[in-house]
This record gives sequence, C-alpha cells and structure tokens, in this order.
Amino acid sequence: MIEARGLVKRYGQVTAVDGLSFDVPPGRVTGFLGPNGSGKSTTMRMIVGLDAPDAGSVTVGGRPYRSLPWPLREVGALLEAKAIHPGRSARNHLVALAQTNAIPGRRVDEVLELVGLAAVARRRAGTFSLGMGQRLGIAAALLGDPGVLLFDEPVNGLDPEGIRWVRTLLKGLAAEGRTVLVSSHLMSEMALTADHLVVIGRGRLVAQTSVEEFIASHSGRAVRVRSPRIADLVPALVTTGATVEPAGDGAVVVRGADGPAVGDLAASLGIALHELSPASTSLEDAFMELTAGTVEYHGEVAGVPGTGGDGQR
Amino acid sequence: MTTTGGVRSPAPDPVAPAPPRPAVPEPPGGAAGFGGVLRSEWTKLRTVRSTTWSVVATVVLTVGIGMLATGMAASHWSHRSLIDRLTFDPTSRSLTGLLFGQLAVGVLGVLAISAEYGTGTIRATLAAVPHRHRVLAAKAVVFAALAAAVGEVASFIAFFTGQAMLGSGPPHAALGQPGVLRAVVGGGVYLALLGLLALGIATVVRHTAGAISAFVGVLFVLPLIVQALPTSVQDAVDRYLPAFIGAVTTATRPGAHRVFAAFPTWAGLGVLAGYALAALAVGAWLLQRRDA
Ligand SMILES: Nc1ncnc2c1ncn2[C@@H]1O[C@H](COP(=O)(O)OP(=O)(O)OP(=O)(O)O)[C@@H](O)[C@H]1O
Ligand SMILES: [Mg+2]
Repeated sequence: MIEARGLVKRYGQVTAVDGLSFDVPPGRVTGFLGPNGSGKSTTMRMIVGLDAPDAGSVTVGGRPYRSLPWPLREVGALLEAKAIHPGRSARNHLVALAQTNAIPGRRVDEVLELVGLAAVARRRAGTFSLGMGQRLGIAAALLGDPGVLLFDEPVNGLDPEGIRWVRTLLKGLAAEGRTVLVSSHLMSEMALTADHLVVIGRGRLVAQTSVEEFIASHSGRAVRVRSPRIADLVPALVTTGATVEPAGDGAVVVRGADGPAVGDLAASLGIALHELSPASTSLEDAFMELTAGTVEYHGEVAGVPGTGGDGQR
Repeated sequence: MTTTGGVRSPAPDPVAPAPPRPAVPEPPGGAAGFGGVLRSEWTKLRTVRSTTWSVVATVVLTVGIGMLATGMAASHWSHRSLIDRLTFDPTSRSLTGLLFGQLAVGVLGVLAISAEYGTGTIRATLAAVPHRHRVLAAKAVVFAALAAAVGEVASFIAFFTGQAMLGSGPPHAALGQPGVLRAVVGGGVYLALLGLLALGIATVVRHTAGAISAFVGVLFVLPLIVQALPTSVQDAVDRYLPAFIGAVTTATRPGAHRVFAAFPTWAGLGVLAGYALAALAVGAWLLQRRDA
C-alpha cells in the first residue's frame, strides 16, 4: 500500500508536483498516467526517498521509505532506463545492490534468469541495448522479492514481445497480492495493463478511477451523424442532454446519446440521416481531453498555430 | 504483503504457481547494517576497469618517475655543485614520482562517487541504503584501504628501485637510517589521504570533470597563488598546502625549500587528514540534504 498525502515538490520556479494525494492498494496494477513533465518521475522519486517533498508526505506500508529496515526487500523500483555503470557487468551491478540488503547471490541469478539476461549477465552493461538495460532495471526491482513495486515507464525501448512480457509480469505480480504502480504517458498501454488509474496533469491529481470506469465514461459512447437537416437536429439533440461537436467534414460527433437514440429522435422529427455510425473516440483522445488544460509541453502542428489548446508553452 | 516468490518463474510465464520456499531467505537481523554496505562498495570498486587502470597508473607513475629522477641525479652527479651534493636527499629523490602518482589516486577517489552520479547508479544505491551517510562512510573506508595499500606498495617499490638507480656516485639511503622509513611509509599515507580528499571533493561537486579540476587546483594552482604572495605570508601559509606537506613528508633532511616553516611529518599528515575529513563531512552533509 502506498499512500501519498498532499505531496508538493518545487525545483526553483517549477512546481513539479502540486498537492498530490492518492492511494495505491495491493493486489492490482495501478497505472500512473500523465503527459510529459506532469510529475510522474518526481513523485516516484519521492516515494523511495530520493527527493524530499517540500510539503506533504508519502508512506509505503504505513512507513516513510527512509525508515524501512530492509528497503529492497519491501520496495523495488525501476526509475531510469540504463542507470548502470557501462563498465560493470549486469551481474556485478545486481550483486552490489543485493549485498546492501543481505540478499544472497543465488537470488541475483534467479532474477537475471527471470528477465532473460542470464546469457549476458557477465557482459559489460555498456554494450546493452535500451531494452536490455530496461530488463536489468526490472531485475533490480525484483531483487528483494518486494511486496511493493514501482516501475517508471517500464516498456520504454522494449519491442512488442518485450512489452507483452512486461504486461504479463506486472499482472502476475499484482495477482500475487503485491502493490504495483506503473507510470506511462500512453493511455492505450495502460488500458491493457492497469486495473486502476491515477491520472495527473501538471503535478495535480486529475482522476483516480478504475480503468473500466474510465473506458465506459470516455469512449464508445460517441456517434457520428450526417444529415441534410443537421441544423434542425442539433438543437433537438442538445435538449436531450447530449453534447454535439462538429467533426470538421460536415458531420457532427454526438456524445451522451447512442445510435438508436439519435436515429429514433431523427425519425420522430422526420429528419433524414445520411450517416449514423459509432465514432472512434479513442482512449488516447479521452486522456488528452482530460489533461488538456494541464499539458506542459504542447506540440505545434505546422501552419496551425495553437493546435495544442491554450497555446501556453 | 505476500512475498510468495512466484516471480522466480521463467521469463515467458511470470504467473506460474508460487513455489513453496520464499524467493529471498529471511534477513539475518533487525535491519540492514553497515557490513552489507561495505561489501557492496567493495564490489562496486573492484568491478570497474577504471579502478584497475588508476591503480596501475599510480604505481607506474610513482615508480617510473622516481627512477627517472634518481637516474638523472646519478648521471649529473659529477657536475653538481658542492652545496647540491651536501643537501642531496636520496630518499626524497626516489619518491619524486608521488607528485604524479597522487593525480592517479585522486582520479580514483573522484570516480568512486562521481561515476555514480554520471551513470545514475547513485539513485539505485541510495534507494537501497536510505541512510546515506553509511554509503559515503563505506566508500571512504573501502577506498582508503585500497589507496593505502596501493600507496605503500608504490612508495616502497619507488624507494628501492630509486636507490638502485642512483648507481655509484650519489649517497644512498637505507630504511634503517634516521627518518627514511618514516618518509617512505609517510609517502604511502600521503597518497591515501589525498585520495580521500578527492573523494570528499567529488561528493560535494558530483561531477567528474569538476571534481578533478578542483583537486588539481588544490594541488598545483594553490601553490602558484601562494608564491605570488609576499615572502612573509608565504612562510605562514606554505605549510598548510597539501603539496608542501607531501614534499616535507618524503624529506629526510632540510632541503632547498623552507623546511623551517613546516610541520613535522606526522603533524603535516594530520593536517592533510583534517582536510580530507572536512571535505568528507561537508559531502556527507550535502548528500543527506540534497535530492539524489
Ligand atoms: N531534478 C530536477 N531539477 C529541476 N527540474 C526538475 C527536476 N526533475 C524534474 N523537474 C521538472 O519537474 C517537472 C516534472 O518532471 P517529471 O520528470 O517528474 O515528469 P514526468 O511526468 O516523469 O515526465 P515524462 O513523461 O517526460 O517522464 C518537469 O517540468 C521537469 O522539468
Ligand atoms: Mg518521467
């Protein structure tokens, strides 16, 4: 169980984390979702006592991380890809970590086997690919067989097979009753991996919800409608509580009313429909919508100024 | 929290049924202690090539330059002035190479911690050992043991090869003569203390290049600045300079430098130890306070 209460972290003028409170219960994968620069990594560093919060607190199993008697046996963390001395072998890197928490060498070989690095365990880590470095980081997190696991963007640099492997691993760890917090800026990835979501933007909590709920409330409910008398149909739709947006190609996207409801309404008004189809509002769109006001770094589409929303950089 | 150890199953299927025995045996006692951190730091120090290279460089530079210096003294002996011959110190001359060996030891001391910042492993280290002062203490102990061993080996080899290089002209020194053993042992201690100073500086600075620059500055630039001062001030300040302490440590008789201004050997090394401890203490304080 991880409990964050009113976490605040400032770096000079930048407030990276701004009054963040959330819970990560055991037994399920909790996705930690937020756009680039929203404070995910900063929060994870505060959980394991690397960065000190300016206000608020965070506990693991009810205790501040720095007071844990055997930290690696209680919390495992993958924080950065390839944070390894390039001249040291994968095995020696893990042995050095294991020794600090009286973890036997046998366990080092086990985790190397588990992440598929046994064959290259004695090679200098500088020769590793990004994906291999990521696997070594996962091995380090699993070293103490901890009940709480943090993974900061674990699928970064992994191939599709590796991504599936991580997904299965995380679910397996949660199924064993462990607390698993995994960060990502990809909603689609989280939809496949996580059971629960903590969504942040600009260091603030945006949503704390189950993935099912999130999907139910943010996708699939939209329909595309095209009609020669669209101007008459829209006001009628709005009075039923639906929201309507132009899709840009003459059609409109209706949220809050399903296909049959729109069709019935049009028929009752004697309005012909030329198109009535489910609109693909992706989870990614829903996530972007949710964090729209909070995105730190907007991309600008060439020739279309301010595409990113409020235009703040 | 269950720690059933099911994560030990083979890679393709991490959800296999949990095996009966725990993945990690119960810890020995109440909480992680200093011994494990010491073992860990020793593992880290001995498993990178830069350590091997620095150790080799320390010995080769100290011995090699010592041989050059003594060889030159031997070949020029007949052209030397009477005063030169009378003040010639065969011990000090054979230990000339310490002036260069100290750079290699300094690099080793700097890298012992700056490499962790450079590669990002410091985060894994400090997450594994949240009592951060233990990390620095263990680094200092392990490094000091290695540096002292290397320093003594280099100093003794340099002394014996140096005496052999002096040939038939100049006087030779033997370990039994007054002050000679002290000078040779002191030379090794000097190297180890300078290495610790470098470790302390690097803990404060956190960057390899910056820390090496600061270390070289203390050794070579500080004396230049002092030389630009009036003589009366120099006499008061010189004896506090690490490089000056090194020269006095390896001398067995008053040389050309103003030895009257110097601390006695062990007191001088004590001052140097004070610098190293002060740098380490500031480093420890910052390590505890700063974000990793
Ligand atoms: N050590 C630091 N010093 C100064 N600023 C920092 C530091 N760490 C993070 N920041 C700033 O804090 C904010 C949050 O950064 P953080 O890395 O936590 O975001 P993130 O959600 O992990 O982003 P990403 O998805 O890109 O990994 C950013 O504006 C970043 O520039
Ligand atoms: Mg990040």
